[in-house]
Amino acid sequence: MAKRIDVSGLSAYYGSHKAIDDISMTVEPRSVTAFIGPSGCGKSTFLRTLNRMHEVTPGGRVEGKVLLDDENLYGAGVDPVTVRRTVGMVFQRPNPFPTMSIFDNVAAGLRLNGSYRKSALNDIVEKSLRGANLWNEVKDRLNKPGSGLSGGQQQRLCIARAIAVEPDVLLMDEPCSALDPISTLAIEDLVGELKERFTIVIVTHNMQQAARVSDRTAFFNLAAVGKPGKLIEIDETERIFSNPSVQATEDYISGRFG
Amino acid sequence: MSHATTTGVQERPTPAPPAPKSGLSTRSLPRLAPLGFAVVAIVLGVGLSLAAGWQSRVQWGLISALFFLAISYVTTSVVENRRQARDRLATSLVWVCFLLAVVPLASLLWTTISRGSERLDGYFLTHSMAGVLGPEASGGVYHALIGTLEQVGIATLISAPLGLLTAVYLVEYGKGALAKAVTFFVDVMTGIPSIVAGLFILSIMLIAGLEPSGLMGALALSILMIPVVVRSTEEMLKLVPNELREASLALGIPKWRTILKVVLPTAIGGIATGVMLAIARIAGETAPIILLVFGSQLINTNPFEGAQSSLPFYIYEQYKIGEAASYDRAWAAALVLIAFVMILNLVARGIARWKAPKTGR
Repeated sequence: MAKRIDVSGLSAYYGSHKAIDDISMTVEPRSVTAFIGPSGCGKSTFLRTLNRMHEVTPGGRVEGKVLLDDENLYGAGVDPVTVRRTVGMVFQRPNPFPTMSIFDNVAAGLRLNGSYRKSALNDIVEKSLRGANLWNEVKDRLNKPGSGLSGGQQQRLCIARAIAVEPDVLLMDEPCSALDPISTLAIEDLVGELKERFTIVIVTHNMQQAARVSDRTAFFNLAAVGKPGKLIEIDETERIFSNPSVQATEDYISGRFG
Repeated sequence: MSHATTTGVQERPTPAPPAPKSGLSTRSLPRLAPLGFAVVAIVLGVGLSLAAGWQSRVQWGLISALFFLAISYVTTSVVENRRQARDRLATSLVWVCFLLAVVPLASLLWTTISRGSERLDGYFLTHSMAGVLGPEASGGVYHALIGTLEQVGIATLISAPLGLLTAVYLVEYGKGALAKAVTFFVDVMTGIPSIVAGLFILSIMLIAGLEPSGLMGALALSILMIPVVVRSTEEMLKLVPNELREASLALGIPKWRTILKVVLPTAIGGIATGVMLAIARIAGETAPIILLVFGSQLINTNPFEGAQSSLPFYIYEQYKIGEAASYDRAWAAALVLIAFVMILNLVARGIARWKAPKTGR
């Protein structure tokens, strides 16, 4: 059951240094939203505030509201651990758990949060691996270590691990930047399939990828050097890439900076 | 002049292409040239020392080493070029230092094995010194072995969990003043001399009116062991990449479970190695044992009451007796102790290899 995200007035700090300033936007359920922008403009920071991972960094602090279907993730009494079970994340570099087999990796989110019968786990693991387009490649070696796969396969394993817990939202932080073009294409196709089930937010450096994969695109930029990042424009992907409203967006898209 | 000393050694002619010196290729010495230098250097060194009447073998060795370095540098810079000469000098220095470090160790092992194996047999390992007088050529080390195993075992049972949990706190949780204080005190504890740890437990023993026993010795050993375990576990935990913790947290796994099920299993090989090495270190501590365990000739399998012996104590005791038979026993016990430590080391390596994150397909 994918949910919608409403962000209002979100600012994030590292200690006393403000990284992103006053961001407000809406992400529709069962859609793919891409965050683009030059390096250091706060896209990844903003992404990490959506599943309360920003506060894991020492000194990380957030002000503002993030509503997941009208529930404030930063409300009083909300446990970050519960938030992270609802909002999953896939990271830039594939990071399967090295001491666990492929099966255990996919089942980790479930096993470490509750107890399941073996048969139920088998079903969920198969369903997640199929959902990540990895089942056919690993079905014969589920108890081999996860680190024995290629880069693209490892990233799909991490995606399977993330969707196994059935989150409402899936956040992807530059998931293809460490992969070759063929694996990138596989992941992009996968994103297209997954959006039927989840709300997806993807940060990417690659504008062509944003154009291919997303329904809506948000452009972030720094107000000036040393200033915090801001949301400049968010719109339908087609309109951003053909006829953006803000000049800075137009400059970034056409490669005049960034 | 250096040509004169080396022409006798170089059997094969130097492969010298007729290329001019300003080309890309230079002449090069044959591969066995360093061996030749070594032979010549040893001959010169020993000859010079004998001529000067120096007796110490160590002096001979050092002089030969210096000759080796000089010959190697000069010959290489004449035949090849300056850079090769410096390269060879550096390589030679490394080799010389390595040999200087290894020779005493090899000599120690050789002496212990040859002297110790005279007396080492099944009888020695299974009998104690009960009723055996110093000069008699019988008796064994069984009581000391039991003592060492029990004291070291209890110390490990105390220190390993404490050290592990402290390290987990310092790496995963500690951010404030308490963490800094703990780190500081662990550093201080690393430097405590073993006799001071023994005196500390002795004072507690006297104040509380307790008797000497294996347990007291184990307590002193654990004071010495805890900081070693904390330091090595800290290093192993820091080696676990942060991405793994983040991946686990992002799945909604609480922090304590992340540490227990993801971080610790990844680091467990190195942690086990650290614990084994800490054990190896305290197995040879003599001072606190003398103070606290009193030593005994009899087998005492109860560490909680009564005096016990231990291997280092036994070695010291037999040495003090001063008879030929007791020296033999001391050497044999030393061999047993070294073998014990070596077995622990091998077990540690085995565990590390078995538990290392696998990359098999």
